[in-house]
Amino acid sequence: MIKREPMTIPPDGRPEAEQPRWRRDFPIDWPQDHYVARRDFTKFMVLTSLAFTVGQFWIVAQNFWRKRRGEMPVRQIATVEQIPVGGSLTFTYPEAKDRCVLVRSSEETFVAFSQECTHLSCAVVPEPEKGRFLCPCHAGSFDLLTGRPTAGPPRRPLARIKLEVRQGAIYATGVEAQTV
Amino acid sequence: MEFFIDPNRCIGCQACVQACSECDTHKGHPMIHLEYVDRAHSVQTTPVVCMHCDQPTCAEVCPADAIKRTEDGVVQTARKPRCIACSNCVLACPFGVPKMKTELKLMMKCDLCYDRTSVGKRPMCATVCPSQALFFGTREQIELLRPRSTPTNRFQFGNQTITTKVNMMLPKVGQAEYLDVTSVMSEQASGKSISLNVLMDNLYQGEED
Repeated sequence: MIKREPMTIPPDGRPEAEQPRWRRDFPIDWPQDHYVARRDFTKFMVLTSLAFTVGQFWIVAQNFWRKRRGEMPVRQIATVEQIPVGGSLTFTYPEAKDRCVLVRSSEETFVAFSQECTHLSCAVVPEPEKGRFLCPCHAGSFDLLTGRPTAGPPRRPLARIKLEVRQGAIYATGVEAQTV
Repeated sequence: MEFFIDPNRCIGCQACVQACSECDTHKGHPMIHLEYVDRAHSVQTTPVVCMHCDQPTCAEVCPADAIKRTEDGVVQTARKPRCIACSNCVLACPFGVPKMKTELKLMMKCDLCYDRTSVGKRPMCATVCPSQALFFGTREQIELLRPRSTPTNRFQFGNQTITTKVNMMLPKVGQAEYLDVTSVMSEQASGKSISLNVLMDNLYQGEED
């Protein structure tokens, strides 16, 4: 490490060693201010690459846990008669904190999506007459049938809830996180 | 090569101001001030460039760590990404050098034309000054050119002693150790009284004859 002599003497005139720490952190002299020691640079590089490596293992571990979690619970949400065409119903699935919304867009079609907007997690509002979900926070909108973003800040689609209709009852059977 | 300011020789022609504002790094913004010493009583002007202190007060008071001193001893204009336009330096400078450009949100000041002086050229103001009130050259040259003056770079501002890179020419007779920056506030410029005495003397001489 190259030791550079400071040019500017502090107002009290005492040597550098007796000066407060902030004078070393915020030097007036240009060379000291722009000087990065090789050791500091190496430390930064090693720690950054270590963080990347740990991140890779973290992704692998996440994948493993996701497989271990097993099947999603199957839960009855409503009956077909409960929801008119163009009507909607909010429910929670799979946990009590995961708010979802079920929409009957036509006689035969039921769709359900997570209510969490993919932009900043506001709750989206279904607007079946306009064929979209609207996020009131930043006027983001999603397609009613596919959950894909159509306008506003969101870039990712809403998480889709898999549905099954058995003997007049609607069941949620899983969550499908969509990426495009 | 050093910078010498001789305010005695300033004729107020504004050439330095115009030359400074021609620079491409701050086009239209002169970094040199041409100040009237006492406008009510005298037409005497004095050019004010940055003195480039050895302990720059502007940098000491900067809360954003924006004012830096390079290896050649030049105190630079505030770094644009850091300057927060707080005007601390403007208020703190003993010589009143830094200017706050509010339209740019940046403090700008004389940087001794480091782009020119580093390659052996004179600063722009010194090249255009017709009376060489702003002189850039060696100590031997200035001694030959100004035999009755002596350069000093020690200043007193209240209790603060300042040493600078730029020199100020003082009369040799006074043998002054330093220049008190604040003395100009208590003393009146003597230009008018001298010229009046000359006039009156000539008048009385005419009557006697």
